[in-house]
Amino acid sequence: MKGAFITTRFEHVLGWARKYSLFQYPFITACCGIEYMSTACAHYDLDRFGAGLTRFSPRQADMLLVVGTITHKLAPVLKTVYDQMTEPKWVIAFGTCAVSGGIYNNYSVVQGADRIIPVDIYIPGCPPRPETVLDGLIKLQEKIQNGRPEWRWLKT
Amino acid sequence: MAEDLTRVLTEKFPSGLEVHSNAPGDEVIAVGGAVLLEVMSWLKEGPLEYTMLLDLTCLDERPLGRGLTMVYHLLSLRRNHRLRVKVFLAAESPAVSSLAGLWKNANWLEREAYDMFGVAFAGHPDLRRILMYEGFEGFPLRKDYPLRKRQPRLKERVPDA
Amino acid sequence: MPERVAVEARRDSLLLNLGPSHPAMHGIIRVMVELQGEKILNAELEIGYLHRGFEKTCEAKTYFNLLPYTDRLNYVSPLINNLAYAMTMEKMLGLAVPERAQAIRVLMSELSRVSDHLTALGAMAMETGAFTVFLYMMKAREYLWDVIEWTTGARMTTSYIRIGGVRADLEPGYRERVALAVKETRQVLKDVHGLLDGNKIFLNRTRDVGVISREDAVSYGWTGPCLRSTGVYYDVRKARPYLIYDRLSFEVPLGSRGDNFDRYLVRMLEMEQSLRIIEQVTAALPPGPARTGTGVEPAEAIARSRRKREPRPIRLSPTLEGSEADLYPGLVAQGAGFAVPPKEETYTSMEGLISHFLFFMKGRGLHPPPGEVYASVEGGNGEVGFYIVSDGSDRPYRLHLRAPCFHLTAALEQMVRGALVADIIPTFGSLNMIGGELDR
Repeated sequence: MKGAFITTRFEHVLGWARKYSLFQYPFITACCGIEYMSTACAHYDLDRFGAGLTRFSPRQADMLLVVGTITHKLAPVLKTVYDQMTEPKWVIAFGTCAVSGGIYNNYSVVQGADRIIPVDIYIPGCPPRPETVLDGLIKLQEKIQNGRPEWRWLKT
Repeated sequence: MAEDLTRVLTEKFPSGLEVHSNAPGDEVIAVGGAVLLEVMSWLKEGPLEYTMLLDLTCLDERPLGRGLTMVYHLLSLRRNHRLRVKVFLAAESPAVSSLAGLWKNANWLEREAYDMFGVAFAGHPDLRRILMYEGFEGFPLRKDYPLRKRQPRLKERVPDA
Repeated sequence: MPERVAVEARRDSLLLNLGPSHPAMHGIIRVMVELQGEKILNAELEIGYLHRGFEKTCEAKTYFNLLPYTDRLNYVSPLINNLAYAMTMEKMLGLAVPERAQAIRVLMSELSRVSDHLTALGAMAMETGAFTVFLYMMKAREYLWDVIEWTTGARMTTSYIRIGGVRADLEPGYRERVALAVKETRQVLKDVHGLLDGNKIFLNRTRDVGVISREDAVSYGWTGPCLRSTGVYYDVRKARPYLIYDRLSFEVPLGSRGDNFDRYLVRMLEMEQSLRIIEQVTAALPPGPARTGTGVEPAEAIARSRRKREPRPIRLSPTLEGSEADLYPGLVAQGAGFAVPPKEETYTSMEGLISHFLFFMKGRGLHPPPGEVYASVEGGNGEVGFYIVSDGSDRPYRLHLRAPCFHLTAALEQMVRGALVADIIPTFGSLNMIGGELDR
């Protein structure tokens, strides 16, 4: 019983630490990248949520932002980048093209990033307003706080 | 302006070339594939000075009874005039000579026309697909290629050591 | 299949891949370089990672319905793409756009051009390390997007400039908003001139780097600020004036050396000229018809017209969702079926509702005569042209975009040969490659 109390407190602190220090990797392809730039800059700041530092290497990042349309030519690259990230990692699909293919349903567009990699938060919009993006980020932070990490070596 | 152009062109190339200005204010000439390179060199280096190739594209007119049609847009900076050149190609194995020696952007433009329509450019230094991935089967912008056709899955590429 | 660079490489050189997902690759381009130390011997570009099938998709949609796809082409200046498409269709249909709509189009087009240059130069400066410049330019861009948003309803992809005119009139307080945006942008430009123009680090990275000669630039089909930075005077607004540009006074800056710094400076000076145009247009905008009468909310109008047919005219409230029929003569070319039917009809009568749906589903009224047309405007990167072939039905037979940055990017392989690896970044940044336009 006491072990459970300590681990839940510890998970709480761990969740708090993880959610307020997200290192993002913006996988930018298309028009949503411009709204991403707006969100990250001074007007609608991403830095005040702790997610301001863009690490331009997947090995140093823990949040993958799939921004923009994914085409069939780019899909293996997305998978490689996702595989290169270390656990724990979260994925946000930013924009309707990443959520579901958007207005493009043709021979060269993947109908959503979740056909290739698992996605945690979906932010719709074409492109989404920066306030929508921040809302999605806050939802991700709640998910990080409330989700249980796997304790494989301590079963209570 | 249109009459001058017609006169100059029909004097220089009495056969293999027709001039017509169709539609709102554009001037168009239709050239046979065999004399294309000669006509284009003369248009570029001759007195008309069309020094810039604005655009190069293709038109699939097979449902309308013709074959594929190449469309070139030329711009003369000095005379501030635009010209459209059309070349009618055969429906099966369409081929035309490459303009990569005359204008440098024809290299990439012709690669795109090859990628999207399957037109073979004779004399092109490096004819490969440019917009679609290698291993893509078919030519997407042709009229018989359905919009949502799914391609066969490729083997995963492993980078060699 | 190994790439051309890999096949032609020497035995002792290093092959480096600046991969598709790269912070400085503006979206996605893959550059493969063969290096000897840091010097580039050979370079190859691979594009097509954002090919979204624009041209094929447009063949399946009616002329009106494909308008949102044109927004997403050059997505930093979306109103200019809308304008290019609308002007091509107007040339084909022979429509005359009213005066007020032309002035509004010029205003929106110049706002887009300024935000295009701000984004391009901000990104270029950020990649050379000047992060402050990026933040300043994004700040200025927010003010411009505020103006656009109050009038069109969206910040970026607006679908505002339509065939025959514009969608809705300018909002009532636009003069103050535009004045504030212009003031803030001028302040930012002054700050950036001070930060970068004499900055030794920036000069070392951009002066005499990425040089291209005049003949090569013309041979590659360059247009726009990059061509003007080599000294060739060609601006579609001056060569073939469209809308009301022949009545506005503005200059076209020219460079001389064709290096990165000239491209940067030409864009900075063009922004100042665009701000001049914006001021002239705002001062001289022909007045639209005054909005009179009290407004009725659309839901109220629908509810009323269910009971009995409302006597005309009713005045819907002057927001974007209720467009009034009395504003239409100033905004849209006359003739049946070229614009969305006015909302008074749609909300209050069954015939209006049916015609609304027929307009969107069948594009009624937009059946151009069979033929082909090419028309172009001056975009942020150069000459944006549409080549449309029509077979008389309500869908285009072929729609082709003449993308300016396709030609700009084709020259990159030549421009970086012989330079250092770090020179790729400012050279590529100064070309302002936009993925949506490059790959269509």
